Amino acid sequence: MTVKTKPILAIGAMTAAAALVLTGCSAGGGDEGDKKDGSTTLTVWVDADRAPVLKDVASAFEEESGISVKLVQKDFGKIQEEFVQQVPTGKGPDITIGAHDWLGNFVTNGVVQPIELGDIASDFQDVAVTAMSYEGKTYGLPYSTENIALLRNTELAPEAPSTYDEMVQMGKDAGSEFPFLVQVGEESDPYHLYPFQTSFGAPVFGTKDDGSYDSEQLLLGGDGGIDFANWLAEQGEAGLLKTTVDGDIAKEKFVSGDSPFLITGPWNVAPAQDAGIDVAVDAIPSAGGEAAQPFVGVQGFFVSAKSKNALAANEFLTNYIGTKDVQVELYNVGKRPPALTAAFEEVSSDPITASFGKVGAEGVPMPNIPEMGAVWQFWGVTEADIINGEGDPAELWASMTSDIQSAIEG
Amino acid sequence: MSSTQTEDARETRVVQKRRRRAVRIAEQASGGITSLIVKITLIAVIDALSLYALFVSLAQQQWIVFAVILVIAAAINIIYFKRGWLPAKYLAPGLIFLLIFQIFVIGYTGYIAFTNYGTGHNSTKQDAVIALVQSAQDRVPDSPTYDLTVLDQLGTYSFLVTAPDGTVSIGNDTTPLHAVDGAEMSGGKAVGLSGYTALDFEGILQHQDEISDLAVQISDDPNDGALRTPDGSSAYLYVSTLVYDEAAGTMTDTTTNTVYTDTGVGAFTAEDGEQLMPGWSIPIGVDNFTKAFTDQSIRGPLISVTIWTFAFALLSVLTTFALGLFLAIVFNDMRMKGRKFYRVLMILPYAFPGFLGALVWAGLLNRDFGFVNLVLFQGAEIPWLTNEWLAKFSVIWVNLWLGFPYMFLVCTGALQSIPHELTEAATVDGAKPFAVFRLIKLPLLLVSIAPLLISAFAFNFNNFNLIYMLTEGGPRDAAAGINVGATDILISMVYKVAFVGASRDYGLASAFSIIIFVLVAIIAVISFKQTKTLEDLN
Repeated sequence: MTVKTKPILAIGAMTAAAALVLTGCSAGGGDEGDKKDGSTTLTVWVDADRAPVLKDVASAFEEESGISVKLVQKDFGKIQEEFVQQVPTGKGPDITIGAHDWLGNFVTNGVVQPIELGDIASDFQDVAVTAMSYEGKTYGLPYSTENIALLRNTELAPEAPSTYDEMVQMGKDAGSEFPFLVQVGEESDPYHLYPFQTSFGAPVFGTKDDGSYDSEQLLLGGDGGIDFANWLAEQGEAGLLKTTVDGDIAKEKFVSGDSPFLITGPWNVAPAQDAGIDVAVDAIPSAGGEAAQPFVGVQGFFVSAKSKNALAANEFLTNYIGTKDVQVELYNVGKRPPALTAAFEEVSSDPITASFGKVGAEGVPMPNIPEMGAVWQFWGVTEADIINGEGDPAELWASMTSDIQSAIEG
Repeated sequence: MSSTQTEDARETRVVQKRRRRAVRIAEQASGGITSLIVKITLIAVIDALSLYALFVSLAQQQWIVFAVILVIAAAINIIYFKRGWLPAKYLAPGLIFLLIFQIFVIGYTGYIAFTNYGTGHNSTKQDAVIALVQSAQDRVPDSPTYDLTVLDQLGTYSFLVTAPDGTVSIGNDTTPLHAVDGAEMSGGKAVGLSGYTALDFEGILQHQDEISDLAVQISDDPNDGALRTPDGSSAYLYVSTLVYDEAAGTMTDTTTNTVYTDTGVGAFTAEDGEQLMPGWSIPIGVDNFTKAFTDQSIRGPLISVTIWTFAFALLSVLTTFALGLFLAIVFNDMRMKGRKFYRVLMILPYAFPGFLGALVWAGLLNRDFGFVNLVLFQGAEIPWLTNEWLAKFSVIWVNLWLGFPYMFLVCTGALQSIPHELTEAATVDGAKPFAVFRLIKLPLLLVSIAPLLISAFAFNFNNFNLIYMLTEGGPRDAAAGINVGATDILISMVYKVAFVGASRDYGLASAFSIIIFVLVAIIAVISFKQTKTLEDLN
C-alpha cells in the first residue's frame, strides 16, 4: 500500500502551470504598436475569401514601404461584434474589412476614425463613397458594391420584362411552377422586397443634401407605403409572394428550372450556371410605377480609432487597396462589382457583373445609421403578417410605422 | 472514568503513530531526486510565466489582474515548497481552475450586470473623448490639397507645405503657418529647409503618433482651421467642430456653441438632454435589474417568457423521460426478438447533432414545402412553426425526438441494475406487473435517475440551440413592441437583447443571465433536497 504521489503531484503542478498560462493570456498584452527597430506592423482583419489576395498586396506593400502587414483571418459574420469589443481593449486590429451598414454602430461605439480619401474620392462610384460616409465624414475605403437584380432564365423568358405585371404574365405563360421567385421567409425579407417598395415611392428614410440618410424623416409610412402594403396583401392573396419561400427554397426552385425569374444577388449566379441554366441579369421591374431601387451594400476597410499606425493604415488603404489592380484582384475572388470606377470598367467585359453594377448604380445605399436597427425590428414581421393576410394591410403598416418611430425616439 | 482516560491516551498514541507513518510514507514517496527536479522545473516555468504576466499587467495598468496573479503565484510557491500540507498540494490545481473557469466568469458577468456596457457605452471616457475629437474634424469645403514635407528640429515637428499655387509655408503646433523662403525644391514641391531635418517615410512612420496628432493652424485665428495629415505626404485643411475642455471636462460644439457636460450618465449631455455618442461605460448600480422588473416593455414579455421556459423545460423532461422509460422497459423484456437491433435504432437521434436535427426539422415542418405537410398530411397547410401554439408543440415534439434516446439509455442501465429477485418476490406475493413497476421498480429507478432528470431540466431550461435553430424564438407578434416570440425561452431572449437588433445591451443581458442563474440554482437545490428522501429507500 504505497501512496503514488509522484505522478499525481507532477500532474498537479502541470495543471497549475497551465492555469497560470491561461491567467497570463487573460492578462493579455497589446499585440500591436510594438515598434522594434523602427519597423511598423499593421494588423488587418480579413475574411477567409479575401485573405489570399491581400496576402500578395501586403507583401508588395511591405517591399515598397517597409511596413509589414499581419493578416488575421476572421469569420465575416463575427467581425462587427469582435471589432466593437476589442478596439477599446487596445488589442484590436489597425484595419478591418467590413460592410458599410456597420458604420453607424462603429461610430456610436467610437471604434473607427475618419479617413481622408482626398483627391481620389471622385475615382469611386458615388454610391460607394456615400455609403462609407457617416454624418458627412468618410470612414471607410470601399472596394466592392453588392445589390440584388432580376435573374432571368433565358430559356423560359427570352425577353426582359419592363413592369411587374408583365413579368408575372411572362412567368405564367412559361408554364413553370412559379411565375417568379423572390425569397420572403417566415419573417419576410424586406431587403429583397425593397425594390418593389421603392417603386411605390416609399423609401425608408429621407435624405439630407449630402446624400446621407436623415433619421428625422421616416418616409416609409406615407401614402406610397400604404399602397405598397395593399399591394403586398394582393400578391399574398394571389399566392405570388409566399412566406414559406425562404432563400434556400427560392434558389433551389430557380436552379431546377421551376421559374423563369429570381430576384437575388450575385451569390446565386454560380449555382444557377452550374446547373446549366443560361442566366441573364436585368433591372428589377417596377410594381408601383416609379423606379425600383434595390439597396446597395458596400464592402470596404475601416481604420480603428485606437490605431497607433494611423498614417501607415491610411497609406495602405488609399495607395494600395484603392488602386485598380488590387480592386480587380478582389473582384476575381468575390465577383462583386468593384467600387473603383476604373476597376469596374475593366471587369465590365463580364455581362453579369456589368448588369449587376448597372442595377446597383441606380440603387440606394442601405442606410448605415443606427436607427435602421429599429426599422429592421418591425419591418419584416409586419410584411409577413400582411402577405399572410392577417389583418388590414393599411392598419398593420401604420402601426408598424408608429412602432418604428417610437423605437427610434427611444 | 480513569479507564476511559487511559483508553483515550492509548487512542491518541495510536493516532499519532499512524500520522507519523503516513508522513514517512509521503516523504519517501515524494523524496525521489527525479521528482524533485520535475517539481522545481515546473515551478520555475510557472514563476517565469507569472513574472511575464505580472510585467504585462503592470504595463497595461490592470491592477486587479496583477494582484490576482501575484496571489496565485505566491500561493503555488508556498504550497509546493513547504513541507507537509499534502492536501493543499492536491487541491491547489483544481482550486485554481475553479477560480479561472467558474468564479471569474460568474464574477465578471455579475460586474457587467451593474454597468451600462453596450452600444454607445463601450469603453472608457478617455476613449470616448478621443473618438469624438477624431470624428469632429471637418474638412473645409473646396480647400486644396497641400503637398507636405514633415520637418524635424530637435524633436519638434513642423509642416513644410506647398500650396497648389506654389507658395511655400511652414508651421507647427505653436506657430501658425507662415510663408518661408529658401526652401529646397524638387519638382515643384518643397522638400527641405536649412536648420531642419526632412523626415523620410520611414522616419514619419516611427513618429506617426505625434505626426498624425499634429495640427498646424493656417492663421492666427483658430477658427480658420488647421492643417492635418492623414498620410505624411499631403495635408488638408480641417476645422474641428468639437472642442474638449480638459479642465472643465466639457465638450463644446463650435458650430452651435452647445456645451455638453458629463452628467454622470456615461455620455456628454447637453442641457436639453441631447447626448453625444460615443459615451462610455459606467457602473449604474441595480438599474438593469429594476429595468428588467419594472420597464413595461420588458416586464410583460419577461413574465410570459419565464412561464414558457418553465413549461418547456418541464414538459421536455417529462415527455422524454416517459418515452425513454417506456421503450427501455419494452426492450428490456426477454421475450422481445431483435432487441439489439432496435436499441441501435433508438440511439440514432442521440448520435445526430442536435444543431442539425433542429435545422432539418425546421425544413420538414415548413408549411408549404415541408415533408410533414406535403406527404403525411396530403398537402394540408398546417402552420407548424408559425402558429403560436403549434410552434410551442413543435418545439416540444422535436425536443422529444432529440432527447428520448438519452433517457432510454440511462433507464436501460438503471433497469438492468435492479436485482431480479425483487420482482420475482413481488410476483410470488401476487403483485400485478403494473404494481411491481409502480411500487418497486420506479422508486429504485428514481434513486439513480433523479439527479439526471434535474440536470436534464437545467439543460433544457437553457436549450438555446434547439429554439434558435428551429424557430428563432418565433413566431413573433408584430404588435408586441419588443423582439420576443412565442417560443423564446429566457436564454434566447437574453441573446436577442445582447446580440440582435439595433443596440446591444450587455449590461441588461448580464442582469438577465444572473436572474436565470438564480432561478436554476434555486430549482436545483430544492430538487436535490427532494431526492435525498428517495435515497432513504436503500
